[in-house]
Amino acid sequence: MKIAYYPGCTLKTKAKNLELAALACLDKLRVEYEELPRWNCCGAVFSLADDDLIHMVAPVRDLIRVQERGQDTVLTLCSMCYNTLARANDLMKNDEEKRKTINDFMDEEPDYEGNVRVVHLLDFIRDDYGFDKLKEHITAPLNGMKVAPYYGCTLLRPKEVALDRPDNPIVFHKFLEVIGAEVIDFGSATKCCGAYQVLGAPEATLQVSHEIISDAVNNGAEALALTCPLCDYNMGKRQDQILEKFDDAKELPVYYFTQLLALAMGLESGVAHFELNREIAQKLLKKKNLIKT
Amino acid sequence: MPIFISTRESDDQLRKKVREISGQNFQQCYQCGTCSGSCPMIEHINVFPRRIMALLQLGNRKALEESNTPWVCASCHTCMVRCPRGIDITKVMEALRLIKLRQNIDRIELKKLEPEQIADMPQIAMVSGFRKMTS
Repeated sequence: MKIAYYPGCTLKTKAKNLELAALACLDKLRVEYEELPRWNCCGAVFSLADDDLIHMVAPVRDLIRVQERGQDTVLTLCSMCYNTLARANDLMKNDEEKRKTINDFMDEEPDYEGNVRVVHLLDFIRDDYGFDKLKEHITAPLNGMKVAPYYGCTLLRPKEVALDRPDNPIVFHKFLEVIGAEVIDFGSATKCCGAYQVLGAPEATLQVSHEIISDAVNNGAEALALTCPLCDYNMGKRQDQILEKFDDAKELPVYYFTQLLALAMGLESGVAHFELNREIAQKLLKKKNLIKT
Repeated sequence: MPIFISTRESDDQLRKKVREISGQNFQQCYQCGTCSGSCPMIEHINVFPRRIMALLQLGNRKALEESNTPWVCASCHTCMVRCPRGIDITKVMEALRLIKLRQNIDRIELKKLEPEQIADMPQIAMVSGFRKMTS
């Protein structure tokens, strides 16, 4: 059975490098997937109010789309989509009263009881595909490139949807190790980059992002790997502003984990679209002889 | 900074509302400060989360309304996973935001964003930002 793939809004426009690299890898790994037809935006954040069920409709509708195709698993790449879909699923599975209200409200749809499994590519590789099997496909390991795994928030918190232990996770470390990187552990691996506060408190967001990058650099990282397009915006795309604002800021290449996977699997570097990262990302890969000059 | 305690200024309606929206019993907070110690935004908020919980217990609406804390909180859930009392502080912050937003008081305005910023920003930033900070 093919698994359903849920891309979400950002991957089709601002994070094509996350999506296209991932899909090329899945093809090479012969994972059978199909993009969910008629998917809609999940809402990006899970509603935290007890009396607000209307914001559950969007993610639940996506889960119903998966169920009606007879599929039992939906795969995500964007951390925020993962979190929102997984939490909505958890609510539908475990909160009988709210499940009934939502099902009654969405009377044009079949009932949903939380029976789809929501996975992110990282736990899919760990639990379904297997790190050992992935290792067999690593034909161009990253030659010990020093990479810091940045988990961010939404893959790890809250506990109900965490891919790993919220405070001392290892899944991303393990992934980087398998693709041949030297893993740089650092204290800020699970610290928030400021997320959507880039809108409400942009200066604060710039500073916390700067602290995370500095922590990685000070621990010897040559690069930062991440999974979330909003983290990439705050620490990747806005790095010019960080460098401008903080005297002690050092430049650090930032990659999506799927881009590094594509390289390590020996795929043609074009599939990873490094031209969409900051310029330094390609420079480092050339220096390391991981892409052709 | 001292906290002014007065039964006359204790707002039971506010306490009730926050409990209702968040589903959290903040009276259980025993002021250990783990949340404040875990908050990534600690340098940018003017009332630490531990103190927010104390102000809520006291029903001090004025001090809570003057605080920027719920509006700088990025819902990262670090305080929540670490709270030894099992209080979902992230939900408490959401309730404090919603009490304002439901009066149609927005925190950010779309028209104040630069066009380049809008063109550049990922959708998840805009959708989540507007979900959290507009009515």
